[in-house]
Amino acid sequence: MELNALTAHELIDLLSKKDISPIDICNSIISKIEKQEKSLNALAHFDKEKALERCKNLKESVNKGGLWGIPIFIKDNISVKDELTTCSSKILKGFKPPYNATVIEKLIDIGAVLMGKTNMDEFAFGSSTETSCYGPTRNPWDLERIPGGSSGGSAAAVSADEAIFALGSDTGGSIRQPASLSGVVGLKPTYGRVSRYGLIAFASSLDQIGPITKDVEDAAILLKAISGHDEMDSTSADMPVSDYVSNVKKGIKGLKIGIPKEYFIEGVDKEVKDSIKLAIEELEKLGAVCEDTSLPHTEYAVSVYYLVATAEASSNLARFDGVQYGLRAENITSIIDMYKKTRKEGFGDEAKRRIILGTFALSSGYYDAYYSKALKVRTLIKMDFDSAFEKFDAIVTPTSPTAAFKIGEKISDPLTMYLSDIFTISANLAGIPGISIPCGFTKNNLPIGLQILGKPFDEETILKIAWNYEQNTEWHKRKPMNSHII
Amino acid sequence: MNYEIVIGLEVHLQLNTKSKVFCGCSTDFGSAPNTQACPVCLGFPGSLPVLNRRALELGAKVSIALNCQIAEKIRFDRKNYFYPDLPKDYQISQFDQPLAQHGILNIITGEAEKNIRIRRVHLEEDTGKLFHQKDSSLIDFNRCGIPLLEIVSEPDINSPEEAYLYLTALKSILEYLDVSDCNMEEASLRCDANISLRKKTDKGLGTKTEIKNMNSFKGVKAALEYETKRQMDLLKDGKRIIQETLLYNTEKGVTEPMRSKEEAHDYRYFPEPDLAPFNFEKSFLKAIEKDMPELPEPKKNRFIKDYQLSGYDAGIIVSDKNTADYFEKCVALYSNPKTIANWLIGDISRYMKDNNVSIKNLNLKESYLSGLLRMIDNGVITGKVAKTLLIEIIQTGKDPEKLVKEKGLEQISDANLLEAAASQVIAENSKSAEDFKNGKDNAIMFLVGKVMQKTKGRANPNKINEMLREKLKGVK
Repeated sequence: MELNALTAHELIDLLSKKDISPIDICNSIISKIEKQEKSLNALAHFDKEKALERCKNLKESVNKGGLWGIPIFIKDNISVKDELTTCSSKILKGFKPPYNATVIEKLIDIGAVLMGKTNMDEFAFGSSTETSCYGPTRNPWDLERIPGGSSGGSAAAVSADEAIFALGSDTGGSIRQPASLSGVVGLKPTYGRVSRYGLIAFASSLDQIGPITKDVEDAAILLKAISGHDEMDSTSADMPVSDYVSNVKKGIKGLKIGIPKEYFIEGVDKEVKDSIKLAIEELEKLGAVCEDTSLPHTEYAVSVYYLVATAEASSNLARFDGVQYGLRAENITSIIDMYKKTRKEGFGDEAKRRIILGTFALSSGYYDAYYSKALKVRTLIKMDFDSAFEKFDAIVTPTSPTAAFKIGEKISDPLTMYLSDIFTISANLAGIPGISIPCGFTKNNLPIGLQILGKPFDEETILKIAWNYEQNTEWHKRKPMNSHII
Repeated sequence: MNYEIVIGLEVHLQLNTKSKVFCGCSTDFGSAPNTQACPVCLGFPGSLPVLNRRALELGAKVSIALNCQIAEKIRFDRKNYFYPDLPKDYQISQFDQPLAQHGILNIITGEAEKNIRIRRVHLEEDTGKLFHQKDSSLIDFNRCGIPLLEIVSEPDINSPEEAYLYLTALKSILEYLDVSDCNMEEASLRCDANISLRKKTDKGLGTKTEIKNMNSFKGVKAALEYETKRQMDLLKDGKRIIQETLLYNTEKGVTEPMRSKEEAHDYRYFPEPDLAPFNFEKSFLKAIEKDMPELPEPKKNRFIKDYQLSGYDAGIIVSDKNTADYFEKCVALYSNPKTIANWLIGDISRYMKDNNVSIKNLNLKESYLSGLLRMIDNGVITGKVAKTLLIEIIQTGKDPEKLVKEKGLEQISDANLLEAAASQVIAENSKSAEDFKNGKDNAIMFLVGKVMQKTKGRANPNKINEMLREKLKGVK
């Protein structure tokens, strides 16, 4: 088997036996990228010489670090010092941050090799990776289809073996939904589990960085690597980080799992429903106790999310004004003119739509009716989960109501597009962790994802459930037929 | 028609923390542009603010000193507006849950005391500084992120003079707390004023104007005086006041409308999601309370009680913390506080004013001043000599006792010497001597003055007075 098709933990084994070198892995990835990246467009910035150089510069002494020699791709909204970090937006064209995000520092410290940046929806605004200024990323399972979004580049790269694993970010499902649609594992940690320092903010109270991997064990490894309190991020939690990798390899007998009825509504594909039902049966076979439950405020999640997230985004994106960095429009006559022209030229349609929506929601006269009310309902949604978790150890749902849709299918209809995050948004509003793992395929051979949601800071339980499921199924081993890619 | 002036003041105060309020950059004044900036205070994408607890501590100190109620929960908000000196295009500030509210500041207007209510005190970040050139503008971000405390009064101030007294009293408290340089010229203290007039019989407020760009307390007073007259003249002519922001032109001494277009701002405040709200720990507050210095008002009362000073004298001495400290150090060395107060308020403060020095930089050791006063008490020198000597001590930094010996300034109490001088003066000023004999008691003072002149101020004036009276009576 090609090295690029392996998981991180398999490569760690091979590296420790000295059967292979980091350069071998890097080369294998490079050749895969050269073969198929043109048809996939999963990467925003990739320089093979630089990647090889980083590999060569690896010092043996950092071998102690758990990810020594393992290549990793980073979503384009996570700051890497002196490397292009553009959020796949024209307004950040050419922008190279003067510092590393905390997660990047952590990865470098333990010997991981930064390969490049993955494509994404502009500023993570989207569920299809179609709003990128670099053009859409294609789903490795069907090039006519989207890979999900906004971390679609990361998910597609991992799925198509251009990456061993990757970092994504999840504000309303941007890790889990593309993982589901691209047939890989995606984990959104608890809000506060992973430092956001250096993650270019979309919605500060919802954003989390997390792993996109080929299997659950890799998700555990990568989560462990990036978690922990950071004094540069006062919203990062000072909570102990457990040894996920060894702790998840335990049975799930007797674990109580809730199945919320609000996630099996009309509009969910029958094939998706069927796969989830089979997955639940599988979990029961493994000893879990699955019971129906209710999260009554689920129906408001999308509305609440599109007020809270856009309000924060409208403020977070104000700084892209042409003054200090990124794009500055030419032929300007005044400071106001500079702001207007720069932002008009720099932002795409979806970014503009969300900035306008968020600005509106915060405006005096509308604040109480929209933003303030949304915060109240957000609390209700969180309370739904609090009470469910009094009874259950985890909650299981579909990750997405449908499998991957076609490129262009929803891009001109924002409301339909927004509904593709209907099952992932609540976890962000409540701040709880969630993971998506492959649990089946449609008859068109498109992946289906199972979402497992857990208690705050209890990533261990959802990883454990996911790992047990994965050990007893073969879905994650399927690879896209990429003969058509080549 | 009688009008009442209604003024409210907004003071912005740079807190003197070592590092900025949301990052670790230095707050030193006067460094080369943009040398004290980092991704956080430059608002780089992905950077996050972390609260400097010291800024909160200083803010709480001020709030306690202004008798405010301090919030139980500390929360920050974003104030959104586009401006190039604001790198994130929002300012981290506090909106509906300020650090503290409902305070009181006491001012003394003539003989009366007056309470000015404090509406709110909140913590925020300062902006950068713009330098406009002919075809471009430059930005210095060194100032960006320096902790700023905004102190807003209620519209309880009823004259430009009261506004001046409010600022003086506030500055005095702030200096006691040692929380800021309070330097209006370096903009570590800034003041905006809202002013309106209303008929004495009116209950509601008149249309107000906001005045900015004043760079001294006297400037605030002058601007308000000008604006009062301007509004009064308009109203008397039956014209209306336009609600607008005015800039004070220091050179011309007038208020002028801001030239830039005033747009109605909607700041779209919302809770800052990057800084989680937290409860103000009781222990933290207690520690601050314990650490509070004695403030001007209680100190004044103590001075009146312990040192038998008049309210007026005590008020002047405590208005400056360094003067009050100096006073108490002298009291420890010399037993008559009233005399020290007289000298401090009289000759010493006159010298400081004339030479533009503060008590901190004044070259007058407490032991020298007390030594000087003791020499008067012991009859070694006369009060008159002491006054001249004071200046010499300050200028030379020499021990007064040594100076007296060196210069032979000891008081003349020798009866024979005085006798001779007195006789001579009587002889030379026979008219005054006659006047005294004819019942004009005042004439004696003239003769005493002449003796003092003859002895270069060294004669003991009491003895001379006695002696002259004896002599003139005797001749009768």
